[in-house]
Amino acid sequence: MSAVLFFLAAIGVITGAVGVVVLRNPFYSVLALVTHLVSLAVLFLLLRAEFVAAVQVVVYAGAVMVLYVFVVAYVGGEGDTIGERLRSNGLAGPGSVGSGLRVGGAIAAGALLVELLIALLGTGLEATSGYGAPYVSGPRTYGTPAYIGQLLLTRFLLAFELASFLLLIAAVGGVVLARRRGGIGEADEHEAFTPLQLLRPSGTGTTAEGVGAATGSRFTS
Amino acid sequence: MSIDWYLAVSAIVFSLGALGVMTRRNPLVVLLCLELMLNGGNLALIAFSRMWGNGDGQILAIVVMTVAACEVCIGLGMIVAIYRRHLPIDVDELRELQG
Repeated sequence: MSAVLFFLAAIGVITGAVGVVVLRNPFYSVLALVTHLVSLAVLFLLLRAEFVAAVQVVVYAGAVMVLYVFVVAYVGGEGDTIGERLRSNGLAGPGSVGSGLRVGGAIAAGALLVELLIALLGTGLEATSGYGAPYVSGPRTYGTPAYIGQLLLTRFLLAFELASFLLLIAAVGGVVLARRRGGIGEADEHEAFTPLQLLRPSGTGTTAEGVGAATGSRFTS
Repeated sequence: MSIDWYLAVSAIVFSLGALGVMTRRNPLVVLLCLELMLNGGNLALIAFSRMWGNGDGQILAIVVMTVAACEVCIGLGMIVAIYRRHLPIDVDELRELQG
C-alpha cells in the first residue's frame, strides 16, 4: 500500500516539476507547481512528517501559490510574448538568445543529476537503503505538531526567531519594491508623518497651528 | 519504501529545477523553478530526518519554507516593479543594473 502510494506521489511530483519547466504559459506552470506541491505533501506524509506536510499544503500550495497567481494575472499570462511585443515596439534591445545556451543548460542539469545520484545513492551507507528509524505512533511522537512545536520553542528558538525576523524584513521589502511609483527616496512630502504630529496631535492649540488655521493650510488636513 | 527512493526523487526534482533556472527566460518561471530546487532540498532533508528518527531535519525544512516565502515576496515585488516601469519581463533583456 505504501509502495503504491509512493509511486503515485512520486509520479505526481516529477510530472509537476517537468510541467513547470516545460509549459510555455506561466499560468500553467503555476498550476503544475501546485500539483507538484500537493504530491510532495503526500511524500512527506509517507515519511511521517505530518506537520510539515500540513504546512506544505496550507502555506505553500495555498498562500504562496495564490500570490503567484495574482502576479501572473497582473503581469500577463504569456510572459514570453511580452518581450517580443516590446521588442516590436522598439522599447527593448535585440534579444540574443542562442539555442546553444539552452542545450548547455540541459547538459549542465543532466550532469548535476548524475552527480547528485552518485552522491546520494552511491555512498554505500547502509542506512539510506533502510526504512528509517523505528517509529511508534503516539500523540507526541516524531513528526506531530506537538513534537515540532516543542523543538521550535526549545532547541531551535534562535532559528525560529531569526526566521520570523527575516519574514518581517521580506514583507517590508516587498511593500517597498511594489510601491506605486518611484524609488525609496521619493516619499511624498506633504504626506510625510513628522514627529511633531506625534507629540502634538492636531487641535492642541499651538501658535503655529493658529497661524496655519488662519491661513488655512498646514495642520488642518 | 526505503530512503533511497525518496533521495532519488529529490535529486530528480532538484535537477529539473536547475534545468528550468538555466533555460527559462521569464523571471516568474525562474522563481517557480527556484521553488522546485528548494523543494528537492526539502524532500532530502525530511528523508534524512526520517532516516535518523530525529526532528532536526524537519525544523530545517520549515526554515527553508520560510526562506522560500521571503524569496517569493521579494522576487514578485521586483517583477511587479519591473512591469510598472514598462521594462521587458525577460531575464535576457534585463541586463542593466542602472536605476
